[in-house]
Amino acid sequence: MRGDARRDTAFILIAGVVLIFFMPLLIDTHVLTLLIAYGMLALSLGLIWGFGGVLCFGQAAFFGLGAYTFAVAGINLGESTLPVILAVLVPAVFALALGAMMFYGRLGDVYLAVITLVVTLILFRWINSTAGPEYTIGVARLGGFNGIPGFPILNVPGRPELMIWGETLYYVAAVSLLVVFLLVTWLLRSSFGRIAVGIRENEERVSLLGFDIRARKTILFAIGAAIAGLAGALYATWAEVVTPTLFSLQQSAEIIIWCIVGGLGTRFGPILGAAALAYLKFALGQQAIIDNMFVLGLVLVLFVLFLPRGLAPELARGWHWLAGSRRRPARRRRAPRAEVSDG
Amino acid sequence: MDLAAVILVEVLYAIASLALISAGLAVVFGMMKVINLAHGEFMVLGGYATITAVGLGVNIFIAMLIVAPLVVGLFGLIVERLIFRHLYGRMIDTMLASWGLSLMMIGAFKMIFGNTTTGVSGPIPGFSIGNYQINGYNFFIIIVSVLLLVAMLAVLRGTRAGLVARGAMQRADMASAMGHSPDRIYMLTFAVGSALSGLAGAVLAPLVGLVPTAGAAFIAKAFITVIAGGPSLVAGLASASGFFGLVNQFFSFLVSPVVGDVALLVAAVILLRLLPRGITSRFFRGKL
Repeated sequence: MRGDARRDTAFILIAGVVLIFFMPLLIDTHVLTLLIAYGMLALSLGLIWGFGGVLCFGQAAFFGLGAYTFAVAGINLGESTLPVILAVLVPAVFALALGAMMFYGRLGDVYLAVITLVVTLILFRWINSTAGPEYTIGVARLGGFNGIPGFPILNVPGRPELMIWGETLYYVAAVSLLVVFLLVTWLLRSSFGRIAVGIRENEERVSLLGFDIRARKTILFAIGAAIAGLAGALYATWAEVVTPTLFSLQQSAEIIIWCIVGGLGTRFGPILGAAALAYLKFALGQQAIIDNMFVLGLVLVLFVLFLPRGLAPELARGWHWLAGSRRRPARRRRAPRAEVSDG
Repeated sequence: MDLAAVILVEVLYAIASLALISAGLAVVFGMMKVINLAHGEFMVLGGYATITAVGLGVNIFIAMLIVAPLVVGLFGLIVERLIFRHLYGRMIDTMLASWGLSLMMIGAFKMIFGNTTTGVSGPIPGFSIGNYQINGYNFFIIIVSVLLLVAMLAVLRGTRAGLVARGAMQRADMASAMGHSPDRIYMLTFAVGSALSGLAGAVLAPLVGLVPTAGAAFIAKAFITVIAGGPSLVAGLASASGFFGLVNQFFSFLVSPVVGDVALLVAAVILLRLLPRGITSRFFRGKL
C-alpha cells in the first residue's frame, strides 16, 4: 500500500512538471493561468461531490468569497501575502458555519442543494446592491455591480514591490495547483478520505460503525471551500478586478458541468473538464453565430444522458486498452467496494 | 386608511405571484420528483409566446390564458419524451439535465429574440385610492392565482384523472397493475406542469420586462416555495407563499425591495432548518 502511494505521488509529480513546461507551447500562458484557477475550483467541487457525495450548488459562493477577500484585504493591507491566507480561511470558516447548520440539521441531498443555491443567491444579491459609498470594509469600497478594481496583485511574500504577474504568475499558479492536487491525493489516502468515500457509498452503515458523519461532512465541506477560496484568489490576481458575477448562478452551473463532463469520483477529471470547457467557451466567445450558453447546455444534457460517468473513466479505459493491459481497470472497478468494507 | 388598503393589496399581490410562480413546479417537482431547474425558462417561454401572439394580432387575454399554456405544455411534452423520460427516479440527474436545458433555452432566446428587454403593456388601467395609485393588473394576478389554486384542488381531488395521476406518482407499479400506463401518465402530468409554468410566465410578462435570463429570478423563489410547502400540493403552495409573501413585503416596506428579497431567502433557510420536510409535514397534514 505504501509503495503504491509513493509510486502514485512520483507519477503525479513527474506528469505535473512535464505538463507545466509543455502546456505553454500549446496555449498562451495568460489563458492557461485562468484555466488553472478554474481547474482548482473544479477540483474543490470534485473533492466534496465526487468523493464526499455532497452536491453543493454554491461552490461559486466560496470562489467569489475568496476573490473578494483577497481584493478587500489587499486594499486594506497594501500587500498580498496575508490576503492569500485570508482568502483561504474566510471561505473555509463560512463553509464550516454553513455546513454545520446543514449537516447537523440532517438535511437531505435535495435540500442541501437548494440551500447552497439560495445562499449563493443571497450573496449575489447583496454584493450587487452595495454600489453606494457607504458600503466599505476598512478602506475598500465594495462597489456593487461594478466590482472592485485596482487592488494589489500577488507579490513575493514580504516584498510588496515585487509583483507576480504574466508568465511568473502562470508558474506560481501551476505549482500551487500541483501542490493542492498532491494534498487532495494525500487526503483521500488518509483514513479521513477513505471514510468520506464510505459515507458517500453508505451513510447509514458508516454511522452505525461509530463515525461522526456530521462532523466529517462539515470538515470536508470546509476543505472544499478553502480550495475554492484559493482558486478565487488566483482568479482575482489574474483578472485584476472582482465583480459580483463570480457569485452568479451561471458560475455555479459551470463548476458542476465541469465535474460532470470531466468525470466524478476522479481527481483529474474535474480539472480536465474545467480546462476543456473553459477553453471551448473562450474559443466560442470569438464567434457570434451560436450562443455559447446553448452549447454548454447541450454538452451538459448530452453528458447526463449518454456519458454520465464523464470523460476521465473513458480516457482511462482507452489508455489501458492502448497499453494492452486489461488487469488494472478491472481492479479499479472493485476498489471502492473494498474501501467501504474495511473503513 | 388609504395606505393600509394599498399595503393590503401589495401583500396579497406578493402572495399571489409567489403561488403563481410556483404552481407549475409544484406539479413537476412536488408530484413527479423531477427537479426542473429550467422552470424559470419555461415561464420565460410562456412570456415570449404571449408577446409573439400579441404581435400577431391575437387578443392579449387569449394569448396569455390559452396560447402560452398550450405552447409551453407542448414544449414540455417534447422535452419529457426526449430527456426526462430517461431520468425518472434519478433526482440529481434530472437536476443536472434540466440545468443544461435551461442554459440551452437561455441561449436559444438570445439567438431568437436578441439580448434585449421586450414587453407588452398591461391591459388593465390603474386607478387610485385616495392619494395612492394602484396598478389594476395586480387584481387580475390575484384573481388568476386564486382560480388556479382552486382549479388544481378540484382536479386533484374531484376528478378521476387527478386520482389516477396521484396514484401513479405514489405507486407506479400498482397503477400499472390496475391497467393504467405510468409512462403516459407521467408524460401528461409533466405537460400539465409545464403548461402551468407557461401560464404563470405569460400572466407576469406585462409586469416584468422579459430578457432571456429573466428565468433565474423566478427559479429560486419557486423552489423554496415548493420545498417549504412540503408534501401537500395545494395547501403547501398556499401556506408557503403566504408566509414568504408576508416576509418579503414586510421587509420591502420597512427597508427596501432588495432587503425584502434577501429576507425571503434567509427566512427560507431558517424555515428549512426548523421544518426540513416543509410546512405541511407538520400543519395541515393529510390535506391536498
